[in-house]
Amino acid sequence: MTHLGYLLVGWGVTIGVGVLYAASLITRGRKLSARVPSDHRRWMSTDDT
Amino acid sequence: MVDSEHTGSRTTRILGIAVILGLIALILLGFFGAPEDDEQRDAVRMIFVHVPSAIFTYVAFTVTAIGSVMWLFRRSIWWDTVAAAAAEIGVLFCGLTLFTGSVWGRPTWNTYWDWGDVRLVTTLILFLMMIGYLSVRSLGGGERATATRAAIIGVLAMVLIPIVNRSVEWWESNTLHQKSSLTDGNLEDLTLFTLVVGFVVWGLFFTWSLIHRFRISWLERELRVRDLDQALVERRAEGREHEGQPV
Repeated sequence: MTHLGYLLVGWGVTIGVGVLYAASLITRGRKLSARVPSDHRRWMSTDDT
Repeated sequence: MVDSEHTGSRTTRILGIAVILGLIALILLGFFGAPEDDEQRDAVRMIFVHVPSAIFTYVAFTVTAIGSVMWLFRRSIWWDTVAAAAAEIGVLFCGLTLFTGSVWGRPTWNTYWDWGDVRLVTTLILFLMMIGYLSVRSLGGGERATATRAAIIGVLAMVLIPIVNRSVEWWESNTLHQKSSLTDGNLEDLTLFTLVVGFVVWGLFFTWSLIHRFRISWLERELRVRDLDQALVERRAEGREHEGQPV
């Protein structure tokens, strides 16, 4: 395969950044959810958990 | 109501699993399924991450612009929160578009960057504008004033999107970019299919991220309001204490 180095950098950084961002969203969500009472998380319903 | 200490839900879990499965399919198709290009050889495989990043940059900033308009005309906190969430994801995608484009440019154009290329420069301006949008939001101050300032930037940035997108046609002699491969019908069937898979994966990831980011912003707002209410209660209690004491 030609240009493998460029491909690995381009794809690797894209996927890596995506994974890190997703992890940061989950972590931030967990930390904040622990501080807010459940009745203030009004997007949640018993049908969608 | 559910006492779950996270911002996930059944919908986001399904979306998350779909993103992971889609990404595995995209890697397999992108590296082993799609054929190499006659001119670019295997460097063409960068299209599968670069183009979806660019298209979903437009989508994200369009959502920001819609949310900004809804804030300006209806003062909708919900839409303002959507606008801010989409802006953050859009900046991420726009940064990836610039990065992957630059990495792709080296083997195909023999350069990482060209200041004379209109699409590169307009994309960079869009990226910087939306970083400005996020900076304005993080400066603090009154919620309404911050939302209004950010919304104005969000709407102005929207003007740039058609310029970035059409720049290849409008300034044909000032760009290294080729015209749209999608509309020209130059892509082979499996290449086109893999690109569509890329769009689906990016679309799912955008939706997943938008839902989580929206919920995070909502929680942050709930905490701000709660802290403010608590501070008011404390001030009132303090005031009552002082009133009860002889001057």
